[in-house]
Amino acid sequence: MTFWEYLGNRHQQLLADAYQHASAVFQCMVVATLLGVLIGVATYQSGWAGNLATLSTSTILTIPSLAMIGLLIPVVGLGVPPTVIALTLYGLLPIVRNSIVGLRGVDPSLVDAARGIGMSRLARLLRVELPLAWPPILTGIRVSTQMLMGIAAIAAYASGPGLGNVIFRGLASLGSANALNQVLAGTLGIIVLALLFDAAYVLIGRLTIPRGIRV
Amino acid sequence: MSETSGQDGHADGHHGASIELESLTKRYPGSPQPAVDNVSMEIKAGEVVIFVGPSGCGKSTTLKMINRLIEPTGGRIRIGGEDVTDIDPVKLRRKVGYAIQSAGLFPHMTVAQNIALVPRMIGWPKPRIRSRVEELLDLVGLDPGEFHGRYPRQLSGGQQQRVGVARALAADPPVLLMDEPFGAVDPITRDHLQDELIRLQHELHKTIVFVTHDFDEAIKLGDRIAVLRERSHIAQFDTPEAILTNPADDFVSGFVGAGAALKRLNLTRVRDVEITDYPTASVDDPLQEIFNRLRASGTNEVLLLDRRGRPYKWLRRGDMMRAKGSLARAGTLVHDTVTRDATLRDALEAVLTDSAGRVAVTGRRGEYTGVVDMETLMNSVHELLEADRLEALEAQHELETARADRTHAEQEGDGGEKKA
Repeated sequence: MTFWEYLGNRHQQLLADAYQHASAVFQCMVVATLLGVLIGVATYQSGWAGNLATLSTSTILTIPSLAMIGLLIPVVGLGVPPTVIALTLYGLLPIVRNSIVGLRGVDPSLVDAARGIGMSRLARLLRVELPLAWPPILTGIRVSTQMLMGIAAIAAYASGPGLGNVIFRGLASLGSANALNQVLAGTLGIIVLALLFDAAYVLIGRLTIPRGIRV
Repeated sequence: MSETSGQDGHADGHHGASIELESLTKRYPGSPQPAVDNVSMEIKAGEVVIFVGPSGCGKSTTLKMINRLIEPTGGRIRIGGEDVTDIDPVKLRRKVGYAIQSAGLFPHMTVAQNIALVPRMIGWPKPRIRSRVEELLDLVGLDPGEFHGRYPRQLSGGQQQRVGVARALAADPPVLLMDEPFGAVDPITRDHLQDELIRLQHELHKTIVFVTHDFDEAIKLGDRIAVLRERSHIAQFDTPEAILTNPADDFVSGFVGAGAALKRLNLTRVRDVEITDYPTASVDDPLQEIFNRLRASGTNEVLLLDRRGRPYKWLRRGDMMRAKGSLARAGTLVHDTVTRDATLRDALEAVLTDSAGRVAVTGRRGEYTGVVDMETLMNSVHELLEADRLEALEAQHELETARADRTHAEQEGDGGEKKA
């Protein structure tokens, strides 16, 4: 069976896997973004807290993803929970780091001006600091998403959802007729998804970054 | 409710509000000397007061304590009689306009959004905000239609600074604090912005506290100038005239710098001095009549005006002889005039560059109103300086009498009564 025939035969199964893959990454990204920005907002003003947040998230990133998921299985069981937890944790680092860098990079004279014209702490954060830090935060989200696309494939090891299942099936039956096709389909599927997400981020950037600070 | 508070602000805004600083002190932990030490001053409603001093003297810190961007460690602040030392700083700052160096505009908001920030925060209705934004843009000399939707980076430095001032004025606060607002623009634009501020203040009568390290700027803008030395100690707090003619000590005279008499020229306008009348003629007058007028006036020269009454040419007796019936090529063109609002310094400049040592003064539409020459200027300056000196002496005398009275009263035993 050629690759194209394989795709023709299995397209329904592949599309379902791709959808689940995308959906898992998307949902984890939403959680990681909220958590990451919150951690950034909570820690950027203090030197040591910000450094601690960056350090601990980058420590998480050094744990091999396979090991992380393996370690989570005895704690939370198989399937969706370890996938979601692992993906969210991995997604945090770029977002936390870019939030802190972005928020710390806001021109202090602008913060001074915001204070001077009578903006409350919350108004300052929501109307001045976060909008100005948004471009680097969005970059962080983009990097995170790319990374999670790959890591999500490992989730199949814990019977998680997504295109990883196809790849693992292929790897398990290497030498058989469809093995290569399966690995290829899974990998290409992840690449296509990553490109689609990236395109979506470019669009989001166009829509959400105010014209005055767009480069 | 917000509507009422807004209108209160409006009512205040028209009068300005007095500011009283009482033993204001700022001490930073870990430094033995306070950054600002025991500053007391009274600023009258509607007055422009300039804090001027060398860098690091605490003038900016003192300013920022007025709207409590820097919390004072000691002392009281009263604005319009109300003690604001302990009220919610956010509420205080909405009543006090604040403009800073390089404008501090938010780059992600349009000009209109930047200006609308404070009115939005205090809950003005949308239509009122919109009309206020247009009004303010107009006030600071920017075309509302053109600049409304622009982003700060699409503006020049001077335009940004104008928007910064408009934003500070948005909710019509009675008090305006300006922290070296024109420090980052080029000299020509700065001069322009200063003129604009003077014009604005003529319309608005705000109480303005303005920080600068440029003494010439202080002289130009201030009703009174506070010359500050280290730790914000007030070296002298007086009118520009008094500081120029009668500096309190070596520190102040050092800061005033050389050429106090020249700087004094900046404080007086051409309209304040005597303008001499000059024989004039219109381009349409027949040659013979011009000739007669020249002879009757006893001067050597006549000023020829164009059809709209604007100075056109200087005609000397000799020019007339050579003219031979046509004025087209006779005489020298008037290349420089000053308006009645020009400073004496500008007039002096024009007189010095003129070959015959005089310059025509024009009215609002450029029409001739008179002539100033070297002699008039010199006489005026002497008179001014003499008057300043007398005034300063008088003020000093008054101060001493008041001090003597107080000492006397205290010795009489009034002090105990005051305490009770």
